[in-house]
Order: sequence, then structure tokens, then C-alpha cells
Amino acid sequence: MTKRMINLVLPLCGLALAVLAWWLASRVVADLPSPVRTWEESKLYILEPLSKRGETDQGILLLAYYSLMRVARGFLLGIALATPIGFLLGVSPTLTRMFDPIMQVLRPISPLAWLPLGLVIFQKSEPAALFAIAVCSMWPTVINTMMGVRAIPQDYWNVAKVLRLSKFTTFTKIIVPATLPYMFTGYRLSLGIAWLVIVASEMLTGTPGVGGFLWQEYNSLVYAHILLAILTIGFVGFVLDRLMSIAETKLRTI
Amino acid sequence: MAFIEVDGIAKSFSAQGSPRHVLRNVSLSIERGEFVSIVGAMGSGKSTLLSLLAGLTDPDSGTMTVGGSVTRGVRSDAAVVFQNYSLLPWFTALENVRLAVDAACPGLSKEEQRQRATQTLERVGLGNALHKRPRQLSGGMRQRVAIARAFATKPDVLFLDEPFGALDALTRETLQQELARLCGDDDRAVTTVMITNNVEEAILLSDRIVPMIPGPPATLGAPIPVDLPRPRSIAQLAHDEQATLARGHVVAALTAALGRKRPTGALHADAAAPVLRPVAEEPR
Repeated sequence: MTKRMINLVLPLCGLALAVLAWWLASRVVADLPSPVRTWEESKLYILEPLSKRGETDQGILLLAYYSLMRVARGFLLGIALATPIGFLLGVSPTLTRMFDPIMQVLRPISPLAWLPLGLVIFQKSEPAALFAIAVCSMWPTVINTMMGVRAIPQDYWNVAKVLRLSKFTTFTKIIVPATLPYMFTGYRLSLGIAWLVIVASEMLTGTPGVGGFLWQEYNSLVYAHILLAILTIGFVGFVLDRLMSIAETKLRTI
Repeated sequence: MAFIEVDGIAKSFSAQGSPRHVLRNVSLSIERGEFVSIVGAMGSGKSTLLSLLAGLTDPDSGTMTVGGSVTRGVRSDAAVVFQNYSLLPWFTALENVRLAVDAACPGLSKEEQRQRATQTLERVGLGNALHKRPRQLSGGMRQRVAIARAFATKPDVLFLDEPFGALDALTRETLQQELARLCGDDDRAVTTVMITNNVEEAILLSDRIVPMIPGPPATLGAPIPVDLPRPRSIAQLAHDEQATLARGHVVAALTAALGRKRPTGALHADAAAPVLRPVAEEPR
């Protein structure tokens, strides 16, 4: 068997075993739908992924699209805040010492905790969700950008000094390119977190999307759709991560 | 008064609370257009001295005047070549040189800046590697780019920090010759200070050699003149009487300094390498 075949067959074996385990679990737990039943009850959503039958009763791709749009906005807001903060903390040890304790305290706060605060501040569910996504997802970008700036070799700083580059030129021609790989690692991790947060925020606010769908189907006792939503969330998250790591390698500067 | 006057420079770093004195009482005068080499063992504080001279770090005490006025920080008419090339890996050879030209000559038009950078790279034989990134170039070619970057701004003062230290022997020799040519054929005289641990290299390139008396704290010995016609070649220097004499002086100055110090540690072993090589070993 060639190496390529093995690379294909082994993951398939793993998948088969996982489905088997799922099936066995569904025999034991009364309310857990079996793989076959999940497919039977979900195929309408998968085979007509873009059809819109009602506010939350929509094709799975359409639901994923709503969630992705929300994530995209929250994520962009998050990194738009996080990148400059990361650069500032990277170049200034004083600022780092000032804000590091605050960061360490804010970082582990769950999205479920930020969301009610967002609702209090913004009074509406949509901006509150964006707020929660942005606040939760910004930390990896802040920290990686900061680390990236700190990791710039002394050689490059010497070049900037010797060539008497202006602050602006030093920033655009040395600091940014040298930090780019770190920044993108930060972006990838941030996007992963943003996607984690979306489900929680949709569940709490009841907005249409994969997370909202999941919560609604739980309340309507259609348990097969919970599994459908879970698998969709996992799959989309995986695709996002792959796309980001492709972007990461394409933009490698060093 | 000489073009560059270094007067009583000292520098120490604090390591774990206690200061470590690296250099003391470093004084040196250099005439305009002169090529001076500072020769010393590894770890003797040579690179610290160069970054002080180049203005990358500030001395604890002492002054340096260039052209009669005291200088602080990096001078606009100075260029530096580092041992490890210090090219920016995300830029091509041309972009690396242009970064220097653009910063040093904002008066030139974009096209003139581009032309200046291209021509300088052509002068060091990199005409067909303009658009290659440092990663795609060999060590010798990278150092050529670094040398081009230094010469492209037409500096008055050139600082070289072991410029050929990371190269193999053959590449080193070619580049030494090219550097000698570049320093010679520029329309105006470049005043050059080179740091090296290679006595041969110093004799090949310099008008005067200043031995570094190892410390800590290290300081400079009496300068040794190298009165040899140019162009010089390594082969010719091997048998030249003047060269042998200069070599003897430098070696004597370095070994005398070592004799005063306890002969322990890597410092001594490193210094022994260039010291033992030349002089009168040939059977006649």
C-alpha cells in the first residue's frame, strides 16, 4: 500500500470507529439520535443548504453564513483593536508593565460573561454579540504581535539606526514585516476563538445562525439537529483554520 | 588635528548588579581618507568599540570628534558593514540597498535612487542578482550586498565590523580585494575603520594597524604603520619584507599583551590562532 493510500485510509478508519462509538452511545442513551436518524432528520438542511423556510428554519449553509458574517465583523473589530495595541505593547516596556496585569485578568473571562455586559451597554443583541466576539478574540493577536515585535533581532534595529531610518520607515519597512508571521499566528488563534464565541452569543441572544439554530432545536426537542449543528460548527471551524494557515504560509516574510 | 579624534573613551556594562568594564581610555586619531584596522582577539571588546565609534551605543566617558566637531549618535555621513550581513530578509538585494539610498539621499528622484542602488550593486558584481532575496544568495554575495548598501550612500566614514569573519577563506580573499578596490576607486576618499581578528587581512587593507590590548578592560596599543604600495595581494605580502616587519610588530604587540594577562580561557586560544600563523616558519 502506498503512503498516500495509508494517509487516506487511516483517517477513514478513525471516522468509522467514531461513528460506531456514536451509534453505540445512541443505543444506551435513550434521547441521543443514532447516526442514521440524525442523517434522516437533517438531510433536508444539508441537501437544500440555501433554502429559507422560516426565521430559524433555514438551510445549513445559510445558517452558517449568518454566523460567519457575524464572526467576520466581530473578528475584524477585534484584530483592528488588537494589532495596534500589540505593536504599542511590543515597542514600549513601560506600557507593557502598565497594562499587563489588566490583560492577564481580562483574558480568561468567558464570552458568556461578556455578553450580558454587552447587552447592558448596547441594549441590542447584535452589537452585544460583536462586542463579546471582539473582546474575547483579541488577546492572542495582542500577545502574538507584542511577542513578534520583541523578537525582532538586534541586527534589524541596528540597520534602522545605521541607515537613520525615520520612525515611520522603521515601522513600515522593518517592524511590520518582521512581525507579520507572529501577527498571522495571532489572527489564526483569534479567529478560532471568535468562532467559539459565536455559538455562545447566538444561543444567548437567539439570533439566527448555527448557534441560534442549535438552541432553538434543543428547545423544540429535535435532538438530531443539535448534532447537525455541532458537526457544522466543527467543520466550519476546521475550514477557517485551514484557510488562515494557508494565508499564514503565503504571507511568510522570513 | 586629525579628521577623526577619539579621546579617552570608556565603556562598561552592568551585569547582575556589578559593572563589567569592557573598554578603558581608548584614544585614536585617524586622518581623512585613511584605512585603519583594529586587530584583536575574539571577545576582547572589538565589536563594542565599533558600535561606540559608529554611534550605535554611547560611551560612559570620553569624546569623539569628526571634522572638528564632537559627534553623538549615528552620523549621517557614516556607513556600517556588520559581520552577519544584517540584510532584511523580506527585501531583495536592490530593495535592501534602496532602503539606505532612499533614507540617505531624499533629494534624489525615485529613478535616480533606483539607478544609484543598481549601479552600486553592479560595482560589486551583483548586476544579475538585483531581485534575489538574501536567502537565495550565498554568504559572500550577501556580504557584497551589505558592502553595496554601505557604499551606495557615498559615506565619508566607513565602519567595518569583521566584515569577512563569516566567510570561507577563498570568498574572503576575493571580497578583501574588492573592498580594497572600492575604497581606492571612489572619487573621494573614504575614511575607514575596520575591526578584525585577522592580521593578514589588516595588512592587506590598512594604512595603519592598531592592536587591541585585551582586558577587561581592553584598550588600544600604539598604531603600527603599514607602508606598502597598493594594490597589494596576499601572495605578494607573504614574502614582502615590509609586510613581514609589520606582521611581526602586530604579533609582538598582541602577544606582549597576552603575556601580561593570565594565559587562560578561550581568549588566549583565539588570539593564538592568528598569531602563530605567519613569520619565518619557511625553511630556507
